[in-house]
Amino acid sequence: MKAFLSLSLAMARGLARDRAAVFFTMIFPLMFLMLFGALFKDQGVGRSEIVQVGAVKVLDGMPDGERAALRDVLKIEKTDGSAAARKEALEKVRKGDADAAVFQQDGKVQLRYSAADQVRSGTVRGVLDSIVQQANQRATGQPPAFALRTDTVEDKTTKPIQFLTPGLLGWAVAMGGVFGSAFNLVSWRRKRILRRLWLAPVNARTVVGARIGVNLTTAFAQTAIFLAVASLPYYGLKLTGHWWLCLPLVVCGTLAFMSIGLLVGSFAKTEEAANGLAQVVILPMAFLSGAFFPLDNAPQWVRTVSDFLPLKHLSQAMQDVLSRGESWGAALPVMGGLLLFATVLTLIAARLFRWDDA
Amino acid sequence: MSDNAITADGLRKRYGETQAVDGVTLQVKRGEFYGILGPNGAGKTTTMEILEGLREPDEGSAQLLGRPSWPRDPALLHRIGVQLQASAFFERLTAREQIRTFAALYGVDESRADEMLETVGLTEKANTRENKLSGGQAQRLSIACALVHDPELVFLDEPTTGLDPQARRNLWDLLRRINSTGRTVVLTTHYMDEAETLCDRVAVMDHGRVLRVGPPQELVQELGVDTLEDVFLQLTGREYRE
Repeated sequence: MKAFLSLSLAMARGLARDRAAVFFTMIFPLMFLMLFGALFKDQGVGRSEIVQVGAVKVLDGMPDGERAALRDVLKIEKTDGSAAARKEALEKVRKGDADAAVFQQDGKVQLRYSAADQVRSGTVRGVLDSIVQQANQRATGQPPAFALRTDTVEDKTTKPIQFLTPGLLGWAVAMGGVFGSAFNLVSWRRKRILRRLWLAPVNARTVVGARIGVNLTTAFAQTAIFLAVASLPYYGLKLTGHWWLCLPLVVCGTLAFMSIGLLVGSFAKTEEAANGLAQVVILPMAFLSGAFFPLDNAPQWVRTVSDFLPLKHLSQAMQDVLSRGESWGAALPVMGGLLLFATVLTLIAARLFRWDDA
Repeated sequence: MSDNAITADGLRKRYGETQAVDGVTLQVKRGEFYGILGPNGAGKTTTMEILEGLREPDEGSAQLLGRPSWPRDPALLHRIGVQLQASAFFERLTAREQIRTFAALYGVDESRADEMLETVGLTEKANTRENKLSGGQAQRLSIACALVHDPELVFLDEPTTGLDPQARRNLWDLLRRINSTGRTVVLTTHYMDEAETLCDRVAVMDHGRVLRVGPPQELVQELGVDTLEDVFLQLTGREYRE
């Protein structure tokens, strides 16, 4: 026990005093969370900007109430009705500086838009169409026969922070695991501490246990910081019922990624090589696993590849328990899979294990 | 219980094409100060590593304090102390943290670790990180780490390499003190004066074999030369190695 505590302390001190390691495992992923969280906070299609050339009756004659209601979706810039102004307006649309140009010609409202962004052009068309329809309806002097009332529902799954937090946390845990064990293995081999420990009366379980303990502590600290930051009102993460299931998931994820680190450390001869190799493994995996953005719109082959990546399953299960209200059903199979993955890779790494550089 | 601290019999070890150790047989008595000498690539370090139980010999066997050194025997490891050629320190730990960590591995108290730091004159450097220690300080710390659990048998691989004369003399005093308390010390060195003043007996090795064993003075007389260095050069020749 004394040996275990002492080794853990030695590793923890070594880690805490390595500024680069602290930055890359603790602060770097957190920066991503804070940055992405802020960037994607108000996601969705923003206001459409249209240029009104000259007088357009339906727009000029809009009642104040309707005008106010449209302010969130439509910004109208007015210009005079000259031919030059119209040409300029169309040029703006072509360049994408404005979403559409509107003018009145032969008693008809003419709308010109670019088809480059179909979502945007659809929005503009829809909005203008509704304005025209309402003007028509008002012109009849009758109350409308049908009315549409709309309101938004609190949709938790679509808030970016709800998938950013689990995804980036999964990535952070993955980095901590891979780098922790890879660097440790390589540097202890290079500095001959592995040899020195062989000649001290400690068993391998104590050494490996201490390393796992330090990594788990780091991972739990990351989890706590991530959840605390994401839950700030500014980011607004809402945890769901069985969110604490992320803790056993973090444990299994840490073990799985430490086993990748062992494999990396078995191949790499220097710390620099270990760093490069670990990045080569982690970075593409993070992108392909949907840790940074959801893969719903990704091509089929990307989703097929991602099914083989442990980080995808970790992120997915984290999201399920943290923000989608799922429970053991989502977590347990992933935990089993991660542990199996860890076992297989550790066995391979054990076969490749070397005491010395040579 | 045998009188010998070390009994090695017909040790052989091959690395690929190189026969690093080619039939080494030697005995080290309890309480003896024993030196292993030889040019670079003579097989000193590999011999030491086999004796320590760090590597399995292809052939032959070694007994330390009456127990086989291979396979790994934790009970035996409590009784031997090892300083490896390159100082093996935990990264970014201070001198005191290093030795306390090693002490804990052997179940030794922190106070004993601090005492050992004092013994090698590093108390003032206790809070200095491993990478800020000078070469001599690092050597002394690594020797202190090897001695912290009061081993009966101590292996030192080139302990004075890279030290200035002051540090070297101080280290000699320390090694003599260790030896005078009845502990067996085995060291490798390139310095003949060191072997001459410290060692009760030396073994001169080359090409993986022990060429000659004996007290330094006897070897000098036997070969009719002036110094141990002459003995060494006569036995191993003057060509450059490695």
